[in-house]
Amino acid sequence: MNLLRAIAVATLLFAATPLLAADIPPNERRSGYSFMAEDTRTIQDDDTANPGMLWVFDGETLWNRKTGDAGKACADCHGDGRETMKGVAARYPAFDKSLGRPVDLEQRINLERTQRQGAPTLPYESRDLLALTAFIANQSRGVAISAGDDAQLKPFVEKGRELFTLREGQLNLACANCHDDNWDKHLAGSAITQAHPTGYPEYRLEWQTLGSLQRRLRSCMAGIRAQAYGYGAPELVELELYLMSRAKGMPIETPAVRP
Amino acid sequence: MTAALINVPRKARRGDIIEIKTLMSHVMEPGYRRTAAGDLLPRDIITSFGCRYNGEEIFRADFFPAIAANPFLSFFTVAKESGKFEFEWTGDNGFSETASSSITVE
Repeated sequence: MNLLRAIAVATLLFAATPLLAADIPPNERRSGYSFMAEDTRTIQDDDTANPGMLWVFDGETLWNRKTGDAGKACADCHGDGRETMKGVAARYPAFDKSLGRPVDLEQRINLERTQRQGAPTLPYESRDLLALTAFIANQSRGVAISAGDDAQLKPFVEKGRELFTLREGQLNLACANCHDDNWDKHLAGSAITQAHPTGYPEYRLEWQTLGSLQRRLRSCMAGIRAQAYGYGAPELVELELYLMSRAKGMPIETPAVRP
Repeated sequence: MTAALINVPRKARRGDIIEIKTLMSHVMEPGYRRTAAGDLLPRDIITSFGCRYNGEEIFRADFFPAIAANPFLSFFTVAKESGKFEFEWTGDNGFSETASSSITVE
């Protein structure tokens, strides 16, 4: 009986919760880094202990390696990535004129491969695509996020925001129900965090590997028992774009380490 | 491609206790997981790690399936003389990687 009463009370409380709380005020925004245990932060801070650096170094090798029918390396056009790629990841996803929509860093790399290098696209979560993305994003470490500033992106940021606040899945939860409303609480012992994508691609101890922001978004969707969008879907890019614009001004940490 | 991240102090004073940190790129597939089709993923792990300081073995470890991917090890030794640390990892499927790092002891 007590159990039934508890369930009834819980249901009432849940139903009485307003649909959405307000956005997180800028001065209360926190990187996922600040939610982590000291041990995990220590791994991230030390480039010789951060396993994400394995991908960064691999990415630099790939940057300088000729590939595709054109026989060109990234470096043949872009020079030393350590110089020329600084700040690039902080601006992504960015508007692509020919496609008329935003593309994320992974898609940009694949567009360059197909259009300039004559090389096949690399699938999401493949070692090579993660490595190139990690190398490029690592050059923006410490650079403030500015994605979404482009006026052409406005409708896409808005679409991403709609997706962020859209309840879906069998648990009928929106991203915002956890990451705007309950970021100061825990879920099954883990900090919920504010969902600022400051360190992607990031090394998750749970994954035992580096992963993209799209992988993270898809696993959140599986968690609320919704059908996840496929890798590269416009909806996922819009979500990435909204999250980056929401994290405006926060420094890039790639490769971040998270539990 | 990058296999190992090594952190050994470049310089130390004689008698200093120094920390050596190594991280090796490896999937460490434990051999207990199955694919979506139900097939067992065969075990693929590092089984042994060793460190030599100017030829003399100063540290050795056996690895087992419960050890995480990209295993990270930290251990300590006394800086006795300038020279070279040599690291060696061996494992399943003929896995074998080496790395080295030098130190100046004053």
